[in-house]
Amino acid sequence: MLQVRNLSKTYTTKEGTLHALKNVSVDINPGEIFGFIGLSGAGKTSLARCVSALEKADSGEIIFQGADITKQKGAALRTIRKKMGFVFQHFNLLMNATVFENIAFPLRIARQSSAHITQRVNELMELVGLTDKSAAYPATLSGGQKQRVGIARALASEPELVICDEATSALDPDTTRSILSLIRQIGAKTGVTFIVITHEMDVIKELCTHVAVMEGGEIIESGPVLDVLTAPKTPTAKRFFSKDYIDATWINLPKKRIFRAIFIGEATRKAFIHDVIRKFDIELSILSGNIESVGGTMVGSLILEISGKENILEEVQAYFHENNVGIKELSEHVT
Amino acid sequence: MLPNLPSWDELAQSWSGGASSSFEAYVQHIWRIMSRGTIETVYMVGWASLFAILVGIIFGTILYITKPGGIYSLTVVNPIIGTAINIVHRILGTIINVGRSIPFVVLIMLVFPLSRIIVGSSVGSTAAIVPLTIAAIPFMSRIVESALGELDKGIIEAAIAAGATPLQIIFRVLLPESAPGLVSGFTLLIINLITFSAMAGLVGGGGLGQVAQSYGLFRHRQDIMIYTVIVMVLLVQIIQALGQFISRRLDKR
Repeated sequence: MLQVRNLSKTYTTKEGTLHALKNVSVDINPGEIFGFIGLSGAGKTSLARCVSALEKADSGEIIFQGADITKQKGAALRTIRKKMGFVFQHFNLLMNATVFENIAFPLRIARQSSAHITQRVNELMELVGLTDKSAAYPATLSGGQKQRVGIARALASEPELVICDEATSALDPDTTRSILSLIRQIGAKTGVTFIVITHEMDVIKELCTHVAVMEGGEIIESGPVLDVLTAPKTPTAKRFFSKDYIDATWINLPKKRIFRAIFIGEATRKAFIHDVIRKFDIELSILSGNIESVGGTMVGSLILEISGKENILEEVQAYFHENNVGIKELSEHVT
Repeated sequence: MLPNLPSWDELAQSWSGGASSSFEAYVQHIWRIMSRGTIETVYMVGWASLFAILVGIIFGTILYITKPGGIYSLTVVNPIIGTAINIVHRILGTIINVGRSIPFVVLIMLVFPLSRIIVGSSVGSTAAIVPLTIAAIPFMSRIVESALGELDKGIIEAAIAAGATPLQIIFRVLLPESAPGLVSGFTLLIINLITFSAMAGLVGGGGLGQVAQSYGLFRHRQDIMIYTVIVMVLLVQIIQALGQFISRRLDKR
């Protein structure tokens, strides 16, 4: 669907040269909801803008449906843009046009027949739940409703890829959740591929199938959300993905060993810790823990303090692995 | 086009004054003078506004889209074309600034030959349309440029991302979105042209300016002078109120 190869982009400012993107490569497959997360200045918005050709990359390739976007211009580029939708952080709606006309905009510029436009826009307004707002002007809508118009507009020309650049960052938490669930529904219903740019971990957890963590213009870690979330490798990814707080003094307690156990899916439903305590001669206490939904899969994380004989602890770890529960000693893993 | 109007001399003789004249005759005399002046003013201002608005929208839009770092940079990537666009911007900007710096009284005399070429005469209301239009174009261009400049760049990006052509961006985004600001600008322009047209009247352009000059000044008719002022004030008030009303109706922000 989309292959980005060695993409680089620099901005020249008065203070000097800023490397927004450094040799970024990523593959996005049809139907994925691919999240890019990073702090501000990590390069994620530059990437989104290069992919939609709102900005020109310095070097590298962006292959979208077999064509390199970076080499296109004029009419060819406009044709490609019609196959992509873009959802903006600040909505960017036409303020002097009604909801209907805003959604119809991509169809009007594509010179569709007015019968087709009416039918398609009505469909879209129903999809995003704004049927009763057809004649309203954006100024009268709430932030969430404006973004629903933005999403409907992005979907109007039946694009195969929709890029959401911080689409929920200007919204309150409740509205964010409703917009995320709308995007998830649309993804499931239409099979549209999404690129989701965000700095919020919850967006990745609730929405995305895949994630790339960006820092300093590079992708430092990427993969399916569950994998990156449960076993983050880089410090930045860990900072984003692990909420559990572990006091360093715990880890340095003599004769006590601290582990992190990760339960995914079915494993979260079993009384597994109960089994472990009954089966082995150990002392086990839970220091912290949480459970949450990641793209519809339950993921539990426990910080355990286990004391017992060395060989029994080995057996305990093996038992965790047998039952598909991840376990990792935290001595060298302070977060 | 302008209807056939009575000459100023004929109008001046239509009322002899003195005790023998009736009040009705006086009213009719004033009415004929003032209506002729008003018709000419509206005629001059109307045509000049129309031409200036059309040309001003074109020039103002060109100024806006060719501005360095402006929207052309979002669509044009070729650096040579980019430089050419910058040059166009500078040239147009310079012409407009020169146009704005010439005082209107001087401009009228400067374009006498041009009026003669275009309308076949350098006196009369039709001839006055030429300097009025020329004076108004630079003003209108800057007004359009600044009305467009107030738009959020985001909506232009949204249009580009949707695959809009530059012309579609202009006609479907820039102009409709800035309509309230443009209408305020048109109002300002028309009011300015009403005052300018009075100046044109001093050099044979007709209209209320000439009424004030040939009756109020040359014939010492203080009454007509006052009526002229009243009509001018009314004209400006009506245009201002109408402009504000339309601008508010268009503004959905």
